[in-house]
Amino acid sequence: MNPSRVFAVVLRQFYLYRSSPQRILPIFLFVAIDILLWGFLTRYLNGLSHVNYFVPALLGAVLLWDFLTRAMQGITTAFFEDVWSRNFLNVFATPIRTSEYLSGLVIIGVINTVISLVVMFVMAWALFGLSFLAYGWALGPFLAVLFLTGVALGILGTAMVLRLGPASEWLVWPIPTLLLPFAGAYYPISSLPGWMQAVSKALPPSYVFEGMRAVVAGRPAPWGELAIATGLACVYLLAACLVFAATYRFAIRTGLIARYSAETVS
Amino acid sequence: MRPPSGPAIKAKMTTVPALSVEHLAKSFGELRAVDDVSFHVNAGEIVGLVGPNGAGKTTTINMILGVLAPTSGRIEVEGVDLKAERSRALARTNFAAVYAPLPGNLTVEQNLRVFGMIYAVPKLSERIEQVLEEFDLVRYRKTKAGVLSSGEGTRLSLAKAMINRPRLLLLDEPTASIDPSTARDIRANISGFVDAGECGVLWTSHNMYEVEAVCDRVLFMSRGKILLEGDPKTLPGQHGAASLDDLFVAVAHEALKADVRA
Repeated sequence: MNPSRVFAVVLRQFYLYRSSPQRILPIFLFVAIDILLWGFLTRYLNGLSHVNYFVPALLGAVLLWDFLTRAMQGITTAFFEDVWSRNFLNVFATPIRTSEYLSGLVIIGVINTVISLVVMFVMAWALFGLSFLAYGWALGPFLAVLFLTGVALGILGTAMVLRLGPASEWLVWPIPTLLLPFAGAYYPISSLPGWMQAVSKALPPSYVFEGMRAVVAGRPAPWGELAIATGLACVYLLAACLVFAATYRFAIRTGLIARYSAETVS
Repeated sequence: MRPPSGPAIKAKMTTVPALSVEHLAKSFGELRAVDDVSFHVNAGEIVGLVGPNGAGKTTTINMILGVLAPTSGRIEVEGVDLKAERSRALARTNFAAVYAPLPGNLTVEQNLRVFGMIYAVPKLSERIEQVLEEFDLVRYRKTKAGVLSSGEGTRLSLAKAMINRPRLLLLDEPTASIDPSTARDIRANISGFVDAGECGVLWTSHNMYEVEAVCDRVLFMSRGKILLEGDPKTLPGQHGAASLDDLFVAVAHEALKADVRA
């Protein structure tokens, strides 16, 4: 792997962000809106109940889900920049390897999520007294599992757009929302019907949110379950990379990259 | 535009060709877009690849650029097998094409830096200054590529194509959308670059005057095959045509008739 090529992918995104407030704003804006919206809702719910549960459980869940979404969108948005500027031929006719290109996208995802995480930490603590440190040592695996899952979804999304063409972008944006009902972010998995619970078991974030509720309720963090979630997230990440590589090979075989905007293959 | 500095020596002594294409074929279903094509481009040589629309020129170039896998055949860039060592082969290659403009939301300098890093160009800042000067882009360095005129955009594409001092340069109609004066400057610049180094160029164009002026050798392609090959200055006479333009028209008409018969 050539670091110069990886850095070139990151640098391109940095140039775009530096000259474009409309690209920087979403990193903060949606997180800030969610904090305000759900922060006031949870404060209201706390007032109705005698337990002070909603801020760490509900607001925490919203923000952790935002964290996953940012990880995914950091990657897909960087990829879409090449789609929007019809840059595929220029990029893929160079010595860059798919592993280098993907690594660049993942680094962009990391930078995006770290920035939004800091905003989350500060705003949630300053406005609503939510400290993520209340989750204790389990916070590390929580964030790791959500980040790995977000990256896997991001890479899968890019493979989808590469395979189906620019118009399939609209299929990628709602992927986190489609998974949300199964992830049990806002309610225990046990409240779902049997078939949905089966799907939940296959989703790493569901273990995170179950673990988060356990910690908030004063029970110990389910380390075994979190280990399963980490394993699952790693498997999905590997699978997503393989899917991207296979899609890229398909695009090379069929000439899709050379005439990408025509969406001939879809 | 200034021609690149360096000794004006045609490096035709190198034994390994800049590009070697052997029995290249590409089928899309029943359509045989490129059909058993073999040719080479020597270092220090400009080879014109001409033919009517749909002849298979761009398909051939896409295969050489590694963005389209051949159905069969072999491509080597300076002896490096493209299929086996894609990254190493493409590190020696670069291209400019009218249908592949650089991202309009980056400035001229940013585009050159990003692509220079992808090609892992040593002393990149120095090299950027050189190509900015060679292609008369110094005053546009902070200008977004999307607001450049056609000629300026073409010069930027060519500057990008030269950034890694490629051993093989692929130019797909590089002067298609620019005025004759700029086109002449660009032709002079590319010829200067080829003369100064060991770069081989494969150049597609529909402008036969340009091909005659620039190319050392020309390949006539039609219906996926190479029909004629030779010196653009003597080839028309050898086939009873008054000019390269007339020869092109004759070949294109033959292709059209064959299409109708098929």
